Amino acid sequence: MVKKTLIPIGPYHPLQEEPELFKLYCEGEIVKDIKWETGYNHRGIEQLSEKKTYDQSFFLVERICGICSTSHPFAFANAVEEICNIEITNRAKYIRTIIAELERVHSHLLWVGLAGHFLGYNTVFMWAWKYREPVLDLFEMISGNRNSYAMFKVGGVRRDIENNKIPQILDVLSLVKKKTDMLVGAVMDDPVIHARTKGVGILTKQDIIDFAAVGPTARASGVAIDVRKDDPYAAYPLVNWKVITAQAGDVFAKAEVRLLEMYESISIIEQCLEGLKKEKEGEINVKVKDIPEGWGTGHAEAPRGEVFHYVLSDGSNSPARHKIRAPSYTNIATFKKSCIGQTISDATISLAAVDPCYCCTERMAVAYDSKTGNKIMNGNELIALSAQKTQNIKNQI
Amino acid sequence: MGFKEHCFKKSLWLFHFAGASCNNCDIEILDCLTPRYDVERFGMLLVGSIRHADVLLVNGSINQRDKSRLLELYEQAPKPILVVAIGACGCTGGIFAEGNTFAGPVDKIIPVDAYIPGCPPKPEAILAGVVKLLNK
Ligand code: SF4
Repeated sequence: MVKKTLIPIGPYHPLQEEPELFKLYCEGEIVKDIKWETGYNHRGIEQLSEKKTYDQSFFLVERICGICSTSHPFAFANAVEEICNIEITNRAKYIRTIIAELERVHSHLLWVGLAGHFLGYNTVFMWAWKYREPVLDLFEMISGNRNSYAMFKVGGVRRDIENNKIPQILDVLSLVKKKTDMLVGAVMDDPVIHARTKGVGILTKQDIIDFAAVGPTARASGVAIDVRKDDPYAAYPLVNWKVITAQAGDVFAKAEVRLLEMYESISIIEQCLEGLKKEKEGEINVKVKDIPEGWGTGHAEAPRGEVFHYVLSDGSNSPARHKIRAPSYTNIATFKKSCIGQTISDATISLAAVDPCYCCTERMAVAYDSKTGNKIMNGNELIALSAQKTQNIKNQI
Repeated sequence: MGFKEHCFKKSLWLFHFAGASCNNCDIEILDCLTPRYDVERFGMLLVGSIRHADVLLVNGSINQRDKSRLLELYEQAPKPILVVAIGACGCTGGIFAEGNTFAGPVDKIIPVDAYIPGCPPKPEAILAGVVKLLNK
């Protein structure tokens, strides 16, 4: 019988910035099974949000994940605006879209860098992060902070992008575009990267459907889902762009989709800036008197996939219930498919390929058996289980 | 020159502990390594094991699950070690301090030598904080 070895990665591993624990069960070099544990990052956002007013909640939801710090407020704003049934001004729509797309550019650059780092190709890491800096400078110019921009509020945005800033933004965009060309050349034509990523961590179309994966992970396997096209919001219906897909489903395809998406994002921003010029400066807000009883849902396409928020209002000034579903939550389940059968050295990049973000992922779920419809584990059972474990530990100590 | 000064005279090696954070502080710490800020020119290096580290960077609020791990890491660290709490979360718990899993800011769990506030602090601020700590 072949012996199985357990290789733990994490929870505080130098490779990952975020705490999570992977357990690779290997036979020789080959990964036979994988399990992961999260919860190191759980902060109880949904519960916190119910204690805050709508205005305060925006600051909270943008701190779900620092890299998607526009997508969450975006989806939350969409949900609350659905409850109030208001339509924001065109200028606000453009500004929201610009911020969201700038975020996609910096997030994809960040991923490309990290992927290079995981492959042991640190030059790509340094390049990508170097050219991410000008985008962060833009954010600092627009919002005053490099991350966590605090631009969103119910009924519009907090700050305007004045027309005199547009040329500067365009300058940075053209620089980023040039550097993206360079990165695309460096990544797509490099024989080493081809050898390391082609045919590695393949997810078929069926896998994507089975695991309900979203975002670039799905698009790299030929499933063209993108909330910006499927259920357009903000300024996305007003601009021209296309959904990027690839067919292969391997790590290379995921890199390709992300790199090419950056061009689309840059083009969306340019069109939005054109649009801004036509709208009157300062018209960024619609007055919201109160938030009526009811519920609303909102989604937004984060750099990693669909972010979904559900808000239940009881007519008071804070949400009665706030439910959040983040993209990495479904995407990381694909590890069960993509890593098994790979060698250990390829498992790392397969894990990184979905651009997992564990701070989004830290929430509780109830598992249902799809055949019988029975609850496998509900909230109280989980709490009881956890209490039991604490008890055991106490006994041991 | 005391023992402590002697230990921290040359290149400092850093170990990064991310608690229940929003990831932004983690990214800004990594950013310090990249070409624009490049802490490696000061001999600072992110290392993979706490046993090699001179400085423990802690960011994010600490939840019940992280607490015991943080303590354990601190105990494993070779002394003397400098502990730096990064970001509003590391200093006070920040926006997550009211959460139901919050287990106290970093300084309730281990002794902290320096606080770098900000949400997230800019990489310049992180560098300035470490430099100030060294000149102390
Ligand atoms: S201090 Fe701010 S940026 Fe840093 S982890 Fe906490 S919420 Fe995120």
